[in-house]
Amino acid sequence: MRAAVIVFPGSNCDRDLAVAFRAAGVEPVMVWHKDTALPDGIDIVGLPGGFSFGDYLRCGAIAARSPICRAVVAHAERGGMVLGICNGFQVLLEAELLPGALMRNAGLKFLCKPTVLRVGTTDSPFTGGFERGAEVTFPIAHHDGNYFADPDTLARLEGEDRIAFRYAENPNGSAGDIAGIVSENRRVLGLMPHPERAIDPLQGGTDGAVLFAAVAGALQVA
Amino acid sequence: MKAVVHVMLKPGVLDPQGEAVRHALGALGFGGVEGVRQGKVIELDLADGDTAEAEAQVRRMCEKLLANTVIESYRIEIA
Repeated sequence: MRAAVIVFPGSNCDRDLAVAFRAAGVEPVMVWHKDTALPDGIDIVGLPGGFSFGDYLRCGAIAARSPICRAVVAHAERGGMVLGICNGFQVLLEAELLPGALMRNAGLKFLCKPTVLRVGTTDSPFTGGFERGAEVTFPIAHHDGNYFADPDTLARLEGEDRIAFRYAENPNGSAGDIAGIVSENRRVLGLMPHPERAIDPLQGGTDGAVLFAAVAGALQVA
Repeated sequence: MKAVVHVMLKPGVLDPQGEAVRHALGALGFGGVEGVRQGKVIELDLADGDTAEAEAQVRRMCEKLLANTVIESYRIEIA
């Protein structure tokens, strides 16, 4: 089982994400944004948190047009798994692999704190290890995590059971308290909170390890 | 040839930064400011050529990169 962790200039959670994959038994390979192809035998792509390209233009906008992202989109279109966390979620939206946009937090402040989430759908290779409605704690660390989508898109996400996580207490103004969503084929997950920062008791909690274990389990079956 | 692209949040999309600017203006004593929307201006220096073609090209740039049409609208001026 191998994961490609994409590294953009300004990524800062790439190594944490690699540690989380490795702890779950998925061997990470770091891939530079200028590469045009993923290494052979990649089962899942991880788009890490950070401030790719200094958040210039819009968060994730430049990263989503980088050479490697064409390969990531092709991987997703083949049914490959993609996990985008924080800036990675912003990249997934800018690349149109997931619907909607992330705007400046409603309170305008950068938010950095543990956050209680409620698990939405458990019908995905990322969330199958949780109970629907369970409360989990992942840290958030973002300035632009205010999820926006038009009412039709929100209704579709709801109707297709594609909301993976909701904030128990909305910190940033996100529509529908949405913290994370999955793609139509359920193989792409984007979320603002950081499960890779909750995989070891030293980090204050291990709820995130459940997500990575589910990914490893899904890859093992496949 | 110069192209100027104005990018604004679409009507109906809440602009928290514009709201913060509106509050700050009120705090400075400027009354009667009923709304503030904050956007971006992007200037492009283009090689001289056909104006209509340039506009069509800048439109494609807006759709592909310069604006996020989920939340933003854009307006192009060619000078």
